[in-house]
Amino acid sequence: MSTYAWLLPARTPRSAFSKLLQGETKIAWRMPIGLITGVAAPVLVLIIMGIFPGMSKSEAKLGGLTWFGVYFPILIAISVAVLGLISLPTHLATYRQQGILRRISTTPVPPAWMLSAQVLINLALAVIALGILTVAGTIGYGLGAPRQLPGFLLALLLAIAAMFALGLWVSAIARTAAAASGIGQLILFPSLFFAGLWIPREVMPAALRDIADWTPLGAAVQALQSSMKGVFPPTQSLLVMAAYAVVFGFLAVRYFRWE
Amino acid sequence: MSLSLRRGLSAAAESQASGPGPVPKAGAAIEVRHLRKTYRATVAVDDISFSVREGEIFGILGPNGAGKTTTVECVIGLRSPDRGDIRVMGLDPQVDREELHVIVGAQLQASALPGQLKVGEILDLYHSFYAGAADLGEIMDSLGLAEKRNAYYRSLSGGLKQRLSIALALIGNPKVAVLDEMTTGLDPQARRDTWQLIEQVRDRDVTIILVTHYMDEAERLCDRVALFDRGKVVAIDTPEGLADRVGVGKRVRFVPSGPFEDRLLTGLPEVSRVEHDGEHVVVTGSGELANVVILALAKAGVTATGLHLDSANLEDAFVALTGRHLHEQVTGRVHR
Repeated sequence: MSTYAWLLPARTPRSAFSKLLQGETKIAWRMPIGLITGVAAPVLVLIIMGIFPGMSKSEAKLGGLTWFGVYFPILIAISVAVLGLISLPTHLATYRQQGILRRISTTPVPPAWMLSAQVLINLALAVIALGILTVAGTIGYGLGAPRQLPGFLLALLLAIAAMFALGLWVSAIARTAAAASGIGQLILFPSLFFAGLWIPREVMPAALRDIADWTPLGAAVQALQSSMKGVFPPTQSLLVMAAYAVVFGFLAVRYFRWE
Repeated sequence: MSLSLRRGLSAAAESQASGPGPVPKAGAAIEVRHLRKTYRATVAVDDISFSVREGEIFGILGPNGAGKTTTVECVIGLRSPDRGDIRVMGLDPQVDREELHVIVGAQLQASALPGQLKVGEILDLYHSFYAGAADLGEIMDSLGLAEKRNAYYRSLSGGLKQRLSIALALIGNPKVAVLDEMTTGLDPQARRDTWQLIEQVRDRDVTIILVTHYMDEAERLCDRVALFDRGKVVAIDTPEGLADRVGVGKRVRFVPSGPFEDRLLTGLPEVSRVEHDGEHVVVTGSGELANVVILALAKAGVTATGLHLDSANLEDAFVALTGRHLHEQVTGRVHR
């Protein structure tokens, strides 16, 4: 060991991560991109849906589900997609562009902690959105619990993994915050389309639905809706989400630059 | 123009640093040997060597694109050298990065803090990164940040941001602080305040590498200065020693109270030339020129009035050593 080894204090204190997380939470509150787009927006859509009559009537063409039962997974998918594709990469690319990651990489704290903190915060926002949507849906629209709860939770987990991995990949390849937000939206809008935001899967033409099944958000909605109806999600949908998570997670790690 | 007159060490320093590269000694806080770094086809740093003693303020002075920032980025482990050897307090920045960042505080260019956090929150956060951190209140007081603790980072003036940045470089109680262009973009008052601050830091026994392209900053603060040009070290010496290397040396101009023989002065080892310009006498030389001239004249019963002392400064030294001005742009070179 070196001559000066005795000068070294213990490694980075454990409290550093919780302080970092606190700081990032304050930032997420004061610059509420995630809160507005990932939580407020889906809830707003939910409220707007309340204006239309008959949302909670079950329909034969929807496979016995109510309109709300169809849209509940879509709203969850919107929240997860927006948090993963907009909130996460915009924050991280901003941090890199402004040199915030560079600054932290000269401290004993690994800059990867910042990544973890951001992932945790967006995860928390997704849980908050899910909570609000569930409570409001149950009270306002007579939403029942998913009839296949384990399948629902697994599908949700994989959906989050796939969309967050995509978002991390976006933050890895985008050089600026503007580019990150641009690329994020470029992926977001087709994803929302295939998720059935405008044309629900149930009324999509078969060919379109086949394509949607291979997109991460289409697969997510397929798996979530299946669980709502009480059927364990199709293997293909789970594998599609897992594949996106693994491939883009790998690419994100491979190409992420701290400055 | 004129230098402060702390000259005693210059002769010794000159002889010590006159070799092609300084010889790293035991007890050196930072040793850089034969550092080379290229970005694609551009050589940013080419065979740079220097050694920084514990407790000194070591300046790296040179024009844009001279390789200053690349060098310090290698020293703090942010870039990996293509060739060469670096030791910081005995640590290899590439191997012992984590330990290095415990004992080195850095204030870098192109780095920032989240605008949505308050000064106090940022200080508290960075304070938590170091097990042996300095006292938070003391740091805030000594840098005049206490009354700004509730201000958002994005609302701070350039001077305050820089002050906070220096505070963060010192908050971990570092053994070494690397300050890169800390006064660039500051108004003159803020620059002088920052200089005062650095002088306070010196008293904490922190070894400091100060990167700058302002010669007045280097003259005021640095114990020794390395002049960088086009990726190479041109010279390393005290600011005064560097100025002394320039042929012109010093010039004393005065009006004698009475006539005297030129031989009185030309016989002195410090004096190289005596000229008459009307009633003025201009003596050119080196070392403690003003003192020896006044003394010699006093012995002959002559007093010098209207005394004016000119000396070469770092800018002159840079021009003499490189044939270029400090603020000339170097083209075709990567500079970050």
